[in-house]
Amino acid sequence: MSDPRMAGAETRTEPLPIVPLRHWGRWIAAVIIFLFVAFILYVLAKADIAYADVPKFFLFPIMLVGLWHTIILAIAAQSAGIAIGLVIAIMRQSENPVAWCTAGLYIWIFRGVPVLLQLLIWYNLALAFKAVGVLGLFSISTNAVMTPFVAGLLGLGLNESAYMAEIIRAGFNSVDKGQVEAAHAIGMTPGKTLRRVILPQAMRVIIPPTGNDFINMLKETSLVSVISYTELIQAANNISSHNLEVMETLLAAAIWYMLLVTIASIGQHYVERLLATEPRRRGDVRPLQAALRALATMPFVGR
Amino acid sequence: MRAAGEPLVRIVGVHKRYGLHEVLRGIDLAVYQGEVVCLLGPSGGGKSTLLRCINHLERIDRGEIWVAGEPIGYRLHGGALHELHEHDVARQRRSVGMVFQRFNLFAHRTALENILEGPVNVLGIPRAAAEKQARALLSRVGLSNRADYYPAQLSGGQQQRVAIARALAMEPRLILFDEPTSALDPELVGDVLDVMRALAREGMTMIVVTHEVGFAREVGDQAVFMFDGRIVEAGPPQEVFSRPRHDRTRQFLAKVL
Repeated sequence: MSDPRMAGAETRTEPLPIVPLRHWGRWIAAVIIFLFVAFILYVLAKADIAYADVPKFFLFPIMLVGLWHTIILAIAAQSAGIAIGLVIAIMRQSENPVAWCTAGLYIWIFRGVPVLLQLLIWYNLALAFKAVGVLGLFSISTNAVMTPFVAGLLGLGLNESAYMAEIIRAGFNSVDKGQVEAAHAIGMTPGKTLRRVILPQAMRVIIPPTGNDFINMLKETSLVSVISYTELIQAANNISSHNLEVMETLLAAAIWYMLLVTIASIGQHYVERLLATEPRRRGDVRPLQAALRALATMPFVGR
Repeated sequence: MRAAGEPLVRIVGVHKRYGLHEVLRGIDLAVYQGEVVCLLGPSGGGKSTLLRCINHLERIDRGEIWVAGEPIGYRLHGGALHELHEHDVARQRRSVGMVFQRFNLFAHRTALENILEGPVNVLGIPRAAAEKQARALLSRVGLSNRADYYPAQLSGGQQQRVAIARALAMEPRLILFDEPTSALDPELVGDVLDVMRALAREGMTMIVVTHEVGFAREVGDQAVFMFDGRIVEAGPPQEVFSRPRHDRTRQFLAKVL
């Protein structure tokens, strides 16, 4: 009881009050950012843009056609990318030297050439080949086949397949070698091992970057406007060529893109949560909670 | 224990190298139906590699491995061994079970589903019948109440017992155990060894790579010592453990006993 560090401890009934750390830096940063955002909003408000017209363009029939085309092209190209990417990834993993060399070459080419250039090549294919078909069986004029949609699907889909191949390969590599050995040990063939053991476990690694790629794909479809496919940007240009309200129509298209991406992101979030078998960390906090917690550190709250 | 006639496993002059390192340098071994053979010796001696060659998880460079009259990984035709396609190797592996050091249960499937995987998807047994058998196997390894648990929710010892049940579900003629208790906490080793003892009593042919000298002495019909890719000593465990003839066996036993 004579320990000086404990002085007075035995006479107090109340515990000592605790003064939380004040995060001054955060509050200063918040003020600076608020001022900056206010400035931007002020500039935008003063800009020569007829904001009132944006909602009208947002629902223009041609805009809705563009929206629909953007969605189906993105979904079709992503699906093609996943399907071809899976084949390339399997070839890349194969012990057959012909298969993995071919896959390597494929990835090298399609990742090496800019996607805009690929689109232009597909669209202009008729300049090099008058007709396409199977030798001796049938043949069609290239111009008839290579519509803007087909060229867009080929350009975006094949480019995407090279990236998907790498994503899927990373997924395969994430599965422990012991899982494959266990599958072999109970007499599974390589194909069955892939379908029943490797793929289901690789999914957790494959899905998140695939979601990212799809979000990118939604925006990448805008490149197809250069080969006159009526997606959102082409639709916006189509409207503004009549009324010269370029900024207003582009803004309407921008809002559509952001809506699409937001929906895709929400979908991605739920798919990822579905795939996560482990319970989420207890420390996870929602944004609202985080904001409320931060408020409690305000310099003038409490003592 | 030793029955007359053809051994179930016959290993003849097996060599295996990784690059310049020769892991197996001429292995000869015969394992008879119902025998428990324990492979012992220091790490890097080639025990696990030999075990993995028996179900062709590793391919051998020279020699022959015969299981139940079939050359593993090959087909005997016209006086020559023809290399088999992966599909046929998979068929050969059905009759050889394997239990791994790190369990290797399918992480995305429950204990029950792990056991069902082989019978249903490899052997094509109807699910209802397979499930009845799988539940019986689970209770045999003392885990009937863990059927719907995922591997991550089971202890190491429980996982290893599920792994043994998974191997048994294929009704193999032979089970290979690759250090089945080495990755376990000491207090969990006993449960796994109990299951293996019961299997041995029921007459299952087993080849066990192990450091559990006590198990080898009690359950083994043959103790085989491997050093540097060669078998230096083999025989009944009582004899080998009490009167090792080879210096290196003596040194090894002095360390582990």
